[in-house]
Amino acid sequence: MSILVYTENWDGKFKKFSFELVSYAASIAKQTGSTVTALSIGNVADSELQKLSNYGTNKVLKITDDRFNSLDNKAMSKAIVAAAKAEGAKMIILAHNNLGKALAPRVAVRLQAGLETGVVALPVSFDPFIVKKKVFTGKAFAEVKINANVKVITLAQNSFEPVELHHSETIEAFNPQVADSDFTTTVKETNKVTGKVLLSDAEIVVSGGRGMKSGDNWGGLEEMADLLSAGMACSRPVSDEGWRSHTEHVGQTGKIIAPNLYMAFGISGAIQHLGGVSSSKVIVAVNKDKEAPIFEVADYGIVGDVFTVIPQMIEAIKEMKS
Amino acid sequence: MKILVLISNVPDTTTKIRFKSDNTAFDDAGVQWIINPWDELALTRAVELKEMGGVSLITVANVGNATTEPTLRKALAVGADDAIRIDVEARDAFEVATQLASVARDYDLIMAGIEASDYNGSAVGGMLAELLDIASVSSVSGINIENGQLFFNREIDGGSQVLSVTTPVVAIVQKGIAKEPRIPAMRGIMMARKKELKVTAPVSAEDRTSFVRFELPPKKAACKMVAEDNAKELIRLLHEEAKVL
Repeated sequence: MSILVYTENWDGKFKKFSFELVSYAASIAKQTGSTVTALSIGNVADSELQKLSNYGTNKVLKITDDRFNSLDNKAMSKAIVAAAKAEGAKMIILAHNNLGKALAPRVAVRLQAGLETGVVALPVSFDPFIVKKKVFTGKAFAEVKINANVKVITLAQNSFEPVELHHSETIEAFNPQVADSDFTTTVKETNKVTGKVLLSDAEIVVSGGRGMKSGDNWGGLEEMADLLSAGMACSRPVSDEGWRSHTEHVGQTGKIIAPNLYMAFGISGAIQHLGGVSSSKVIVAVNKDKEAPIFEVADYGIVGDVFTVIPQMIEAIKEMKS
Repeated sequence: MKILVLISNVPDTTTKIRFKSDNTAFDDAGVQWIINPWDELALTRAVELKEMGGVSLITVANVGNATTEPTLRKALAVGADDAIRIDVEARDAFEVATQLASVARDYDLIMAGIEASDYNGSAVGGMLAELLDIASVSSVSGINIENGQLFFNREIDGGSQVLSVTTPVVAIVQKGIAKEPRIPAMRGIMMARKKELKVTAPVSAEDRTSFVRFELPPKKAACKMVAEDNAKELIRLLHEEAKVL
């Protein structure tokens, strides 16, 4: 049996998340006597594809058909289904991110598979097949049984540490038959922000809440983010007020993130906010209200005025760096 | 253009999560139920599009037993024209998508929230599209209609795109699709009582996943407090103790 991993690329490159997926698959393959095939769609150099073998792929199927550049969900899921069938895959693993969440449900239906999304660890058992995931936006965990022969899962970011294995790997071109009519979306315009750290990639995130008082007071946090190569985030009231873009909103209805370090300034920690950040490894809170719920989930805290503390922190970071 | 908005009935997002004594099911005693927050934003945008013209009908659909009707009534009060409740307990995403596929054929645009705030599946919208063999676009943060044609804004890593799409299409929507959820006005609540809430029998559908058990996350250790005038110590702790700087 084989395990198929869809490894998304970002401008022709893989990220740590790609290696987490492959490593996760390799670990399951070892326990079940299977092999790992990665599927790559897009323009990725063979030297980049070979990096996947460092984490345990036996084979890479590459699709370089330009029609897929539009990230059409219908066409891409057809391609993944074709690869799964060609490989006789009984398990298909995707990232629990924008694209993975878009494709996995379609792939599961087409393969008559059972789907579980947002899996956070290796399977609890293989027979029956049980996996663990977060539910209620991080407020609880559930163990879920998949009652189908073929399984599709999406793996949450930062839930499996990549392990180097150094398999030998073959790279094969793969040309699934996907009709033009399956390409249903046309990209009219693409706007990319450059020079900023993506929230989904950031190992450190600096975040501000209502305690920042207005949209004009973010210079300090921006400077801190620059110093630490951190991503910028905010709480919901901040994006609702238009102080910051809604793309920076983290929380239950915004982005859900899991950085190594999350620093919350002037954020009280409403339960909806905590749902978006509670998986962070270390949480720091600075808030003038010592009763603020954010301190219940924080590892380190300062009760005080953000406008006093932020400049001091910036000085201390500069000192540490020098 | 006809719009179908999928509505999930979920516990209020401030609910304290508890499980029944053997940890095999959510304890819903005393829980307030609401429209899933993303579905509420989807519905809000659908109503806005109708007000701008070009939309002839907004239907809301839910899979659930009679206890979900107050949630559908609220959706009608927000501005949906009619509602469909498929009368069966929602067991898993595939079962729900199969039920919805039986009522979704006549719509041009089907809107689903990116996930339900209870079991965080992110699956029903995509599954429904595949069952209907139609287009789907995920991460949609804007929908506009120009001259009868649909345009979506889609969030991608580090930016956004504008797309045109063929219909019918499932739009899986997230933050940004509408500014704030619309609160029903008194007039809307009165009118909602007269709108049709159709109850239909379920089709035969299998479920492919089942919950085995639940658990609450382990309690966090107490927060280590640092004095307000000692940010230097905080940075030292992050650097030397937590090793995250």
